[in-house]
Amino acid sequence: MAAQEPVGDGAETARVSLLYDPKVRALVAQVALILLVIWLGYSMVNNTLVNLEKQSIASGFGFLGTTAGFSIAPTLGTFIVDYAEESSYGSAFYVGLFNTLLVAFIGIILATIWGFILGVARLSNNWVIAKLSTVYIETLRNIPLLLQIFFWYFAVLRSLPNPRESVEFGANIVLNTRGLFMPRPLPEAGFGWVSIAILIGLVGTFFMRRWAHQRQESTGEQFPVFWTSVGLIVGFPILVFLVLGMPLDWQIPELRGFNFRGGMVIIPEFMSLLLALVLYTATFIAEIVRAGILAVSHGQSEAAHALGVRSGPTLRLVVIPQALRVIIPPLTSQYLNLTKNSSLAVAIAYPDLVSVFAGTVLNQTGQAVEILLITLAVYLTISIVTSVLMNWYNAKMSLVER
Amino acid sequence: MSNSTLSFVRTTMEVAKAPPASTVGVVGWMRKNLFSSWINTALTLFAIYLVWIIVPPILDFTIFNATWTADDREGCLAGGHGACWAYVEAKFGQFIYGRYPVEERWRVNIVFAIMAIGTVTLAIPSVPYKKWNAIFMLVIFPILAFFLLVGGYFGLHHVETPLWGGLLVTLVVAITGIVVSLPLGVLFALGRRSEMPVVRMVSIIFIEFWRGVPLITVLFMASVMLPLFLPEGVTFDKLMRVLIGVALFSAAYMAEVVRGGLQAIGKGQYEGAQALGLPYWKTMNLIILPQALKLVIPGIVNTFIGLFKDTTLVLIVGLFDLLGAIQLSFTDPKWSTPMTSHTGYVFAAFGFFIFCFSMSRYSIFMENRLHTGHKR
Repeated sequence: MAAQEPVGDGAETARVSLLYDPKVRALVAQVALILLVIWLGYSMVNNTLVNLEKQSIASGFGFLGTTAGFSIAPTLGTFIVDYAEESSYGSAFYVGLFNTLLVAFIGIILATIWGFILGVARLSNNWVIAKLSTVYIETLRNIPLLLQIFFWYFAVLRSLPNPRESVEFGANIVLNTRGLFMPRPLPEAGFGWVSIAILIGLVGTFFMRRWAHQRQESTGEQFPVFWTSVGLIVGFPILVFLVLGMPLDWQIPELRGFNFRGGMVIIPEFMSLLLALVLYTATFIAEIVRAGILAVSHGQSEAAHALGVRSGPTLRLVVIPQALRVIIPPLTSQYLNLTKNSSLAVAIAYPDLVSVFAGTVLNQTGQAVEILLITLAVYLTISIVTSVLMNWYNAKMSLVER
Repeated sequence: MSNSTLSFVRTTMEVAKAPPASTVGVVGWMRKNLFSSWINTALTLFAIYLVWIIVPPILDFTIFNATWTADDREGCLAGGHGACWAYVEAKFGQFIYGRYPVEERWRVNIVFAIMAIGTVTLAIPSVPYKKWNAIFMLVIFPILAFFLLVGGYFGLHHVETPLWGGLLVTLVVAITGIVVSLPLGVLFALGRRSEMPVVRMVSIIFIEFWRGVPLITVLFMASVMLPLFLPEGVTFDKLMRVLIGVALFSAAYMAEVVRGGLQAIGKGQYEGAQALGLPYWKTMNLIILPQALKLVIPGIVNTFIGLFKDTTLVLIVGLFDLLGAIQLSFTDPKWSTPMTSHTGYVFAAFGFFIFCFSMSRYSIFMENRLHTGHKR
């Protein structure tokens, strides 16, 4: 009776005090958090300014224009930026950035290939191959990457012969303790046509694929897309190259004094960093690939076989697209790991971003805050761009599902 | 009466013929697993060739040609081109304790012993008092270890951290990282799943920032930038700064691991707790976290393995962990031989491998154990 008051009235009287209202509590907690973050940020900035003033370090990014005055080992980065000792700190930054991207890019490609091979090998019916792959994966993934980099750099590449006793592979390629020396291609007049041919090949392939896909959709007839692509992208430029009378010269490395001059060189720092990164990251990729393949149920390939699809197309059209859906998200984080791990270059002085910029430039200028902020921003940007790209690819792949 | 035309009805089964010799036993196994097709045969031969190239030199170097006892480099040089294990023996104390004073090393040993007993009893599922053990290892042990290692109180001699080194630093960095990152990670994981937008935003920015940058830059930040952030008069020594960096870095990774566990808990658990009238923190402490944390034990162990391997990076900012101590010992002219660095690296690799491999086996074991409860 008395308990059956009108509902609205009951709600009025049962109103909780402000102290126990979840909405009020959430608001207070969030305001407190904001204030805490602002206070932390303010005191950090304030302390930094005070400390910098006391050490009389000028803040700001003006130092980027100052002459660097140190040399960097020859790499693709120094080549692209055209770096010399007279260049600015800003160009040293670009050299480091290019070198980081270079080692990460090549590393990702090689680690993916090697990782896929290892992952498939671990699932092989061949007992020796499967066990060999297992032992390799379990050993290398449990040894710190830095130790592996040290091993390749100090223990293996340092014990190569000196330039006078170089190992020769023929075709003017030599390997010694200073690096791997190769002839440098020097394009002559008319080589531009070959680049244009490559471009035409790429564009042609794109349209050819679209046309072939549409034709298969409408008529069911298949077109040899792969071999036509190879012909367009590789064959056509080679044809143009031959027709123009091979407009390319080679600058051959020569032994002068104690070292080779001319030609192209892959420095040992790059080789050991790349080797260690690829061999280490591939073990993780192999495990991801193995998990992905195991996640595709056996019924899928059996159904494909029952429809009369042969084992090659079964793998390509049925198993791999489904396995990729499982593989891609963890693969992305491995790519990011590889990129971040490339910063270990600083330990063997491969001129990457951390080594050149957060190392040498920081030591010379003392602009710790600015330099580290730029470095962090670069890595964060790389991370975000890679995740966005891989998420896009992942979304594209998962459409196959429906 | 019988007018059956059947002249013979078998009443017993005939004894089965033995399978062809080529399908059973060693031969059959080899035919099936090694030589089933010409591609397989080629692969098998290739793999055996690889093993033949790789394994004998390693065995030669580490065992057959190795020098086990020697007084200095001369002994190792005379012994041939194998590993110089005598050098590892001579430097072993340095690899484990760094430059920690010899007469104080018992303190480190006590810490190692407590840690070993604590972690082993914590790791074996059938040992009772898990909760108290965990509290001991996560709260009391770090404090105890701090006082024992640093000293300066209770009549213990003060040992400055620049003297620490070797395995001691490796373990201090890794264990501090995990002990601090566990509560922080739980906090940020809860924050990332919070319904309050500001809390969620702050957690996401924190987690994604630390996960997006390499550990090296974090260590640089800790050793160069952190002193600038602090008010006047407040200073930390280098090890402490590195520990702060490592703890924040691993907290972000831990948060993602814990988030995985939180997502695996069914919605019914939250609703059940709400129906009982439990407030947020009680829901988390009593219902959600005990289940979620148990689920992510393998993930936590894997994070720890990663952290353990990553501790080697502290040598870049000038702390001497196990790898750093080994690297440093190469410069000793008393033991400098062409094989010294190889020997040191093999020893370091073996040391890290033992730790990481056993932990990863444990993680797999826990995974299988935890799976049984969820199998349908």
